[in-house]
Amino acid sequence: MTDKIIKVDMLARVEGEGAFKVVVRDGKIVGTEFRIFEPPRFFEAFLQGRDHTEAPDITARICGICPVAYQMSSVHAMEMALGITVDGPLRDLRRLLYCGEWIESHVLHAAMLHAPDFLGYAGAIEMAKDGHGDVVKLALEYKKAGNAIVSFIGGREIHPINVRVGGFYKVPRKADFAPLREQLLRARDLAETFVDWTASFDFPDKERDYTMVSLAHGTEYPMNEGRVVSNKGLDIAVTDWPAHFREDHVAHSNALQGFMVDGGAYLCGPVSRFNNAYDQLSDRAKAAAQRVGLPRDCKNPYRSITVRAVESLYAVDEALRIIDTYEEPDAPFVDYAPRAGIGMAATEAPRGLLFHRYELTEDGSIKTAQIVPPTSQNQPSIEQDLQSFIADILDRPDAEILHLCEQTIRNYDPCISCATHFLELDIDRA
Amino acid sequence: MSKPRLGVFKFSSCDGCQLSLLDCEDELLAVAGVIDIAYFPEATRADDVGHYDIAFIEGSVTTPHEAEMIQDIRARSTALITLGACATSGGIQALKNGADTAAFIDAVYAHPEYIDTLDTATPISDHVTVDFELRGCPISKHQLIELVAATLVGRTPQTPAHATCIDCKLAGHVCVMVTQGTPCLGPVTHAGCGALCPGYARGCYGCFGPKETANTASLTAQLAVNGADRRQIHRLLQTFNANAPEFRQEAENHD
Repeated sequence: MTDKIIKVDMLARVEGEGAFKVVVRDGKIVGTEFRIFEPPRFFEAFLQGRDHTEAPDITARICGICPVAYQMSSVHAMEMALGITVDGPLRDLRRLLYCGEWIESHVLHAAMLHAPDFLGYAGAIEMAKDGHGDVVKLALEYKKAGNAIVSFIGGREIHPINVRVGGFYKVPRKADFAPLREQLLRARDLAETFVDWTASFDFPDKERDYTMVSLAHGTEYPMNEGRVVSNKGLDIAVTDWPAHFREDHVAHSNALQGFMVDGGAYLCGPVSRFNNAYDQLSDRAKAAAQRVGLPRDCKNPYRSITVRAVESLYAVDEALRIIDTYEEPDAPFVDYAPRAGIGMAATEAPRGLLFHRYELTEDGSIKTAQIVPPTSQNQPSIEQDLQSFIADILDRPDAEILHLCEQTIRNYDPCISCATHFLELDIDRA
Repeated sequence: MSKPRLGVFKFSSCDGCQLSLLDCEDELLAVAGVIDIAYFPEATRADDVGHYDIAFIEGSVTTPHEAEMIQDIRARSTALITLGACATSGGIQALKNGADTAAFIDAVYAHPEYIDTLDTATPISDHVTVDFELRGCPISKHQLIELVAATLVGRTPQTPAHATCIDCKLAGHVCVMVTQGTPCLGPVTHAGCGALCPGYARGCYGCFGPKETANTASLTAQLAVNGADRRQIHRLLQTFNANAPEFRQEAENHD
């Protein structure tokens, strides 16, 4: 058993279609492939010639799980191209909407997609039927509070309709927040219990010294804006992104792979944000992290499930803060005239940094579009994790190796529909 | 009696419509109690192949592999139901129909030779017999629950085919087209969303696709009277149901 292929042709409990393969020769791993076979849909091509106002609705359709991220990165990029600034209550409402998506997406992934790996079930429904019904119900109730935010601000949970370049079509009245506020106060208790539950699992004792890339903002946990930073000293404006990052097209993937220009792999997502912006978490989120022993320099990717739970608790806190300080704006959006220009923006999707760049013509039509989703950027890190984390268990039964491979990939909450422009485990032992 | 077996399958899509099932927070565990979820890779590793009493199909056919896969699923399923605009009309990716696919691949990918794709994105009904189509980009959760409940007892789901415009009047929204001149597809769009967009002071953008007997020509004439130019009208009809015949043909009239 020194040569073999370990593979999964259809990775379950991820968003979209992917596979992976590990090739073993003479007892050593000689190759790992994280394959994205999700069909390409060519968004960047058919955005050409569309009006800039259409970008938030069209790019939302890249991903049904994180449409708000696409809407946010696209409107911020357009606003840079158009030379307008959206601040005050409109900026706060955008952050509130994003809090809703973080809660909905993080809790879905942590409870329904990732937790079954730690507890040994095929899925959350199987988990619920076998003694874990109470925690699955808790998670559904908690996730519902995230969706309630997105519906309240955005009109509906999936592909919200209320986001536009300049702000919103319609903004809520202060008094209308009362039922949502009550729901979030209840969700905050669920959020605390959820952190403790995710921290109770057995975590593989594995770490890597990642280059952790995220946005950073001086006064708030990164979400809609900030500089692009890493734990290794990178600190650049978003507009310098193209000079520091590149995308490569490899044969085994319909998703472009993201690298730093020096060729290095990097990690984006919750663990990177937690490391780079710990100080900006709310006191309650920090206290929860400390209570469960989550180190602020967490390098164990399996503990990302608890980081997601802490970020979700933060999002509940932040949503309540925004609701309590909300003042109705004078107008639902900032008015502007179309013009030619180039705009770039990065925001923090639940699974990591999402970069958009657009070039507009004088009448506001899109000349070129570039979209760099988080899972594209994380693909090289996923392959390196597979290489590094299973080397010492190659003599174990294939089922055990497969399980660790899948769990390792799910650490990333990969969003394959997003990345395709992205999975199948294949361990090749000859 | 054994529980009916459900398979949930993904074709080219964003995953949003199948996510709607996981978004039924209040009903999910009840549904899982009366249906055997035999295949649903987004939610479970269980990989129970065989015959399905109900097959939910999300997404459109855009690759040679998908064109083969839908034939296999049809042959193994009693009721085949499409979920959402991609499966029902082709979806946003049908914007590549009629375009130069090679140029599209060149615009996105450095190595076109790695990409295997068809020149078109087509609805499931172009390939196999479909027993029921649920509209929307995304589908409505409430309609999904109605669909599941109706299918379990063997009746037709109650999903009205009238125009969004009627739901808008019933909701008491102020008409955005009459009062603001805002372009709105409500008069020609299939009901299902509850007239969401006009309730948020914007025009309907047709994400539920054309209603039965949609008079798109009459609507576009009024849009022109209100000041929309040909390019705006073309764009309005060419989004998430671009390949639905009633929308596609009227868009072609405004090329």
